[in-house]
Amino acid sequence: MKKATLVITVLVALLALAGCAKTDTPAQPTVVKFGVFEPLTGANAAGGAEELDGIKLAQELYPTVTVDGKEYTIELVVADNKSDKVEAANAGQRLVDSDKVNLVLGSWGSGLAMAAGPVFKEAQVPAIGLSCTNPLVTLGNEFYFRVCFIDPFQGTVMANYAFKEVKAKKAVIIREVSNDYSVGLAKFFADSFKSLTGDPNAIIAELNYNTNDQDFSAQLTQVKSLKPDVIFAPGNYTESALIIKQARELGITAPFLGGDTWEIAEFINVGKQAVEGAVMSAFFDNDAPVTPLSKVFVDAYQKKYGKLPSGTAVLGFDGYLLAIDAIKRANSLDPIKIRDAIAVTKGFAGAAGYITLDANGDPIKSAVIKEVKNGKFVYKTTINP
Amino acid sequence: MDIATFFQQLTNALSLGSLYALIAIGYTMVYGILRLINFAHGDVFMLGAYFAFYAITAFAMPWGVAFIVAIGLTGVFGMGLERLAYRPLRDSPKISVMISAIGASFLIENVGIVLFGGRPKSFPSIALFDTVVRFGSISMLSVSLFIPVITVVILGILLWIVNKTKTGLAMRAVSTDLDAARLMAIDVNRTISLTFGIGSILAGIGGIMWTMKYPQLNPLMGIMPGLKCFIAAVIGGIGNIQGAVLGGFLLGFIEIMIVAFLPELTGYRDAFAFVLLIVVLLAKPDGLLGKNQTVKV
Repeated sequence: MKKATLVITVLVALLALAGCAKTDTPAQPTVVKFGVFEPLTGANAAGGAEELDGIKLAQELYPTVTVDGKEYTIELVVADNKSDKVEAANAGQRLVDSDKVNLVLGSWGSGLAMAAGPVFKEAQVPAIGLSCTNPLVTLGNEFYFRVCFIDPFQGTVMANYAFKEVKAKKAVIIREVSNDYSVGLAKFFADSFKSLTGDPNAIIAELNYNTNDQDFSAQLTQVKSLKPDVIFAPGNYTESALIIKQARELGITAPFLGGDTWEIAEFINVGKQAVEGAVMSAFFDNDAPVTPLSKVFVDAYQKKYGKLPSGTAVLGFDGYLLAIDAIKRANSLDPIKIRDAIAVTKGFAGAAGYITLDANGDPIKSAVIKEVKNGKFVYKTTINP
Repeated sequence: MDIATFFQQLTNALSLGSLYALIAIGYTMVYGILRLINFAHGDVFMLGAYFAFYAITAFAMPWGVAFIVAIGLTGVFGMGLERLAYRPLRDSPKISVMISAIGASFLIENVGIVLFGGRPKSFPSIALFDTVVRFGSISMLSVSLFIPVITVVILGILLWIVNKTKTGLAMRAVSTDLDAARLMAIDVNRTISLTFGIGSILAGIGGIMWTMKYPQLNPLMGIMPGLKCFIAAVIGGIGNIQGAVLGGFLLGFIEIMIVAFLPELTGYRDAFAFVLLIVVLLAKPDGLLGKNQTVKV
């Protein structure tokens, strides 16, 4: 008991001292803090890790930013939103409240970005979404921007592919019902596919599952009895890989189409043979450079990580560069001035394409279509909006 | 629904249910002896899968050896966990031990994230378990044939240990009255430690079989199976080994049939497991096969 009291007294004294030390010498801030808001654990961990890789590479190449003739070092404050919407709001709050970041980058997973959106808006800290494609991330939130295309476009791209390349007439949708991204993209695909086929019943079934589910046999048995021409299954990479694996085990041969969230190494690692031939829309391909920076990025990435980058990592890189660009144009570290500068971004050349933000804070960018072939994501074609 | 689809769904239900049953046995075993719900069971399950994964990938063991090593390690880990987290609380109120179990669960998960990383890992495919077997229009993964067999064999071994051996007698004695058992010269600590060892071995086997069917590992993978199998054990009558098997099959069956017959409710699939738990607890608090025990005050 006495020991505990002593320890507490000492701790309190130390804290008090630390507090004094801080107030005595107000350190001149020479750092600018970028909050990195990503899922690093849980169901979306690999997606968050890819974006973080891109951001870290950008920081290594461009570690400082000059404002008003003074050079500031960029510090990354990484907050793990744990692939969970409640945790996401908390992690966002922590970034703006206790870490006092100047701006935020992230998050992978539209649902997570949407959970923290109101927090950033309230705190008036600008956030740059990297690969979160749901339109609601930026809609009605003047502090949220993004560097990727949005789902109405992505859904159309995949519906076109299903209709023209697969020559499908009937499709089944399997969606992750607890994931805003998946539900949204499924709807845009369905709308577009119905109008392409001219058949209001072209989507024969919409089946649901939950994040973290591992057994999809019941849903897939239904799919099998429906005999669709094509299956659209936008969702998280691990669940999707397991879905395709279990579908093949049940003897379903229809092709699987998906969205940008599939382009993560784990999709192939988990799905192995089964995901061969799966087709997805993606943000970028190393074989189809779009700006002079594309090659710089691909080379530097390979040198640092010893592997080829994914279309998700490149957006982490671009988000970071856009943030620096906006700070330079604002010539200020004030979050509101940075926000105003991001909002008027025009023709900014990132590694994954040129970014001009519209009134909602969304860029218009082309999509690439990739297919899994021999255990790799292989470039098929580029679709311009 | 045509007949082939129905039989396929039945197969799906049996293969999921037997997996739940296998893990639920471990829960019920520990509860039956100690009256302790080991909330860390799901995390021990996760460790079992990771041990096997590293034994195969990092130490290049053949899968048979790797599985035995992993199951052994999981058993040792369970005994260590009991020694560190539960034994010091032996004479404390039950609630302290339960809270300690919840703490141990979070600790294992988070240490797991630090050690194994948050990105999921993919379990190497083993041909014996990862082959598609077809009977007419019905198909399943070969591991789904092994799981019920393993479950039944384990059920048999456990019933034999508990009912026919000296150790089992000691376990039953400890379960009836810990202090009286101690007075009868039963080594209570050893018996409890052994119980945890067996429970954890079962979790290890469950974890490995789970990843054979769903070959994806992450440090939080034990949470949902842990909860589901806890529910299965309670439905069957916690503490009753046959009950756990029954509960596991029942839960697997209900989950699949909800998706099959009421597809619009699929999103509530996990919720149904909990609703089932509440209904059973209200209607038959001791579970389907549980004995109504009167507690003497």
